[in-house]
Amino acid sequence: MKTENQKAWFFVLPVLVLVAFNALIPMMTVVNYSVQETFGDNLFFWEGLTWFEQILRSERFHAALGRQFLFTFLILVIEVPLGIAIALSMPRQGPWVPVCLVLMALPMLIPWNVVGAMWNIFALPDIGLLGYFVNHTLGIDYDMTQNPIAAWITIVTMDVWHWTSLVVLLSYAGLVSIPDAYYQAAKIDGASNWSVFRYIQLPKMKNVLTIAILLRFMDSFNIYTEPFVLTGGGPGNSTTLLSIDLVKIALGQFDLGPAAAMSLIYFSITLFVSWLFYTLMTKDDLN
Amino acid sequence: MRKRSIIPIVYILFLMLPIYWLVAMSFKTTNEILAGFSLFPQTFTLDAYKTIFTDPTWYWGYINSIIYVSLNTVISVAVALPAAYAFSRYRFLGDKQLFFWLLTNRMAPAAVFALPFFQLYSAVGIFDTHLAVALAHCLFNIPLAVWILEGFMGGVPKELDETAYVDGYSFPRFFISIFIPTIKAGVGVAAFFCFMFSWVELLLAKTLTAVEAKPIAATMTKTASSAGYELGLLAAAGTLTIIPGAIVIYFVRNYIAKGFAMGRV
Repeated sequence: MKTENQKAWFFVLPVLVLVAFNALIPMMTVVNYSVQETFGDNLFFWEGLTWFEQILRSERFHAALGRQFLFTFLILVIEVPLGIAIALSMPRQGPWVPVCLVLMALPMLIPWNVVGAMWNIFALPDIGLLGYFVNHTLGIDYDMTQNPIAAWITIVTMDVWHWTSLVVLLSYAGLVSIPDAYYQAAKIDGASNWSVFRYIQLPKMKNVLTIAILLRFMDSFNIYTEPFVLTGGGPGNSTTLLSIDLVKIALGQFDLGPAAAMSLIYFSITLFVSWLFYTLMTKDDLN
Repeated sequence: MRKRSIIPIVYILFLMLPIYWLVAMSFKTTNEILAGFSLFPQTFTLDAYKTIFTDPTWYWGYINSIIYVSLNTVISVAVALPAAYAFSRYRFLGDKQLFFWLLTNRMAPAAVFALPFFQLYSAVGIFDTHLAVALAHCLFNIPLAVWILEGFMGGVPKELDETAYVDGYSFPRFFISIFIPTIKAGVGVAAFFCFMFSWVELLLAKTLTAVEAKPIAATMTKTASSAGYELGLLAAAGTLTIIPGAIVIYFVRNYIAKGFAMGRV
């Protein structure tokens, strides 16, 4: 049991100060911009909720939001089952385990712009390994700089390459924590592989899978650098995800008001969906 | 070898292919890369690496990145340790709300904060220093470190603390000489994650620096736009960015799985 101790606040104080400095001040700046109009020279005019209305009604925002949800949906649907399947087929012990884990974690340690650049040169039609193989060996017409479908396949594959290991490592951590006695008992009962998975392995993986899905949701919903370097949001606007669109408005057009309003709407959506995920996935524990 | 080990092997091959392509390209000349497809380097060259190791704008990119990443790791873990202890051992007013608020900072898209960060750090007067990037990365690394450490500390029985107090240890002495050594795996994992997320982040690092503390990632993008596409050089620079990650992960190799589960299995 934890003991009641208000002095614990002193332990938390340094964290609070540092995070608040980085979170609250910039957030207040964003809020400030979101209700004002500026023509430069540090002159600001009160605009009220105009920008929020404008963003919520804008076709462009709806399209970017739609693409963002599609992207996050696709990568979750691919990465989570694939990650679980790979974790299930990994050896539980032996000299190969650390080797496997280190190799699998490697993509996550590469700077995000390098990941984008790497996939760009990997997928280029005539000089990239992937592009050359698909175009010349398989004979399928594939060019991510021209064809929106090809661009989507490339960014989704890149994300699967980059982050499936996170799901694998988390699921694996859950799996190795299951005592052997559980499996022996299942064997005596003559349980099928499916029932072992459904009634022993899946419940044990539940906590770690909750973390995996939450982290994957948050990070994929905020993704910026990799698709920006890989496709630049193109061809056309076909891969312009929310963050890319936001940076275009804020730094490209320097429309601070609308960009700030969009930031706040964006952040609220992320927060709300994360909360929803979390509540749904931990609901059973409370009952 | 059991039949099903084929799945992890195929998966690891899939992971290694783009990395192989990057490394192979770094040993080719730019002309060879643009001339057409070749699976192995035809004219093997180390020119790209020579350029990087002799040109200060290149190698300082790496040094800058390593400085702010290390600084961030030290700050994040140092302040997260007592906080995680408080969350794992005590109940206090607003503890749950505070913990949740810390985690929400991981959900904020960096793109949202780029411009306000630039203004804030310019106003404070530390724009374009290593400290600026190290402090900015605290936004998402401190919550992560607190989360991981709290998970590992939760696994240490409270009797350890009580026994130490009975034996006459003061709190600071207990914390430093007994408690931290007990959870050193957790500290290692937390440091690894801080290193990793600070190392791979580019948007804030690029926004907060100009010349003095410019990270390697920014050097790469600037070269790409000014001197046309020097693909060989870019590939070599990219290859070198993989190495620090590979080194730090070696140290925590036995705790990777538990670490990614934030100590919660």
